[in-house]
Amino acid sequence: MSDHMKLFEVFIRSRRGLDHKHVGSLHAEDAQQALEYARDVYTRRSEGVSIWVVNSSDIVASQEGDCESFYDPLDDKPYRHATHYQLPEEVNNM
Amino acid sequence: MSDSKLKEATRQYAIRLGDDALVLGHRLSEWCSNGPFLEEDLALTNVALDFIGRARMFYSYAAELAADGSTEDTYAYTRDCREFSNLLIHELPRGDFAFSMARQYLVDVYNLAYMEALRTSADGTLAAIADKAVKESRYHLRRSHDWMLRLGDGTDESRQRLQRAVDELWGYTPELFASDALEQGLADAGIGVDAATLRAAWEQAVSATLAEATLQQPAGDWEVSGGRRGLHTESLGHMLSELQFMQRAYPGLQW
Repeated sequence: MSDHMKLFEVFIRSRRGLDHKHVGSLHAEDAQQALEYARDVYTRRSEGVSIWVVNSSDIVASQEGDCESFYDPLDDKPYRHATHYQLPEEVNNM
Repeated sequence: MSDSKLKEATRQYAIRLGDDALVLGHRLSEWCSNGPFLEEDLALTNVALDFIGRARMFYSYAAELAADGSTEDTYAYTRDCREFSNLLIHELPRGDFAFSMARQYLVDVYNLAYMEALRTSADGTLAAIADKAVKESRYHLRRSHDWMLRLGDGTDESRQRLQRAVDELWGYTPELFASDALEQGLADAGIGVDAATLRAAWEQAVSATLAEATLQQPAGDWEVSGGRRGLHTESLGHMLSELQFMQRAYPGLQW
């Protein structure tokens, strides 16, 4: 049955103030049902306060082969990296 | 009713509600690993767990009222068919997926209204259990209502199967709204729910869903009852033999 069903990607925000994180995927007939199933499949241990589901086919992904042109030119620009700052303790979740 | 009589009546009432939840929860749990697809399998099992959790709360309260050393397990595992007082609709074999969903829908509409009414019980524990149950039932109903529409207004086969399920279940629904002296007495005392008062709204909601799902409402020319008096269908004994096997074979078993 799940052969005919659409694939959805599931994103869950575990606590207020945090971002939605990709947790996995599931099959469902439509977005509403996907949301229901996401609740059952991915939040059984009270992991979430908010759920997003997205049609997997709507995601446009970068390709492995594009890595060189996409990311390598950034390696020689260390002044763009925020590695030299010391973060205060109070700033969590960066 | 005197205080001690009222307490005993409340205990029996808690057992009844516990039996309803345990028997239905067990039927749903039979879908575990047999669901039509993974996501639905997990969802069904979640619902089963809600009902088993509900049974535990009602049984624990009954045991507390009895104060005779009994526990939730005493009620679940050491009583025979005639001592079970669940409504018959809950014990019917799970059948095909359409049957399980049709039953679920019919009892979800009922349960939600019932638990909403029980929330205002003069008995604080029953009211607290109902308060938790209402949230679960809202979710259960959203699911089962959705499946009624999907299957009823789906393919020829799904519609046929769902119609057959509704026809087979229909005669078990009048029992949901019957009451006896015990329930009447508790309703009068503000502790229990007078189920008869829920009937009109239930019929209206169910009729609307059947119509929306393009199903025929059965004629209602037969009905069966007896669950509250311990008179059950033949399937309850088979179910209990599986449910109670470990405690029957190894009494007092702990794990």
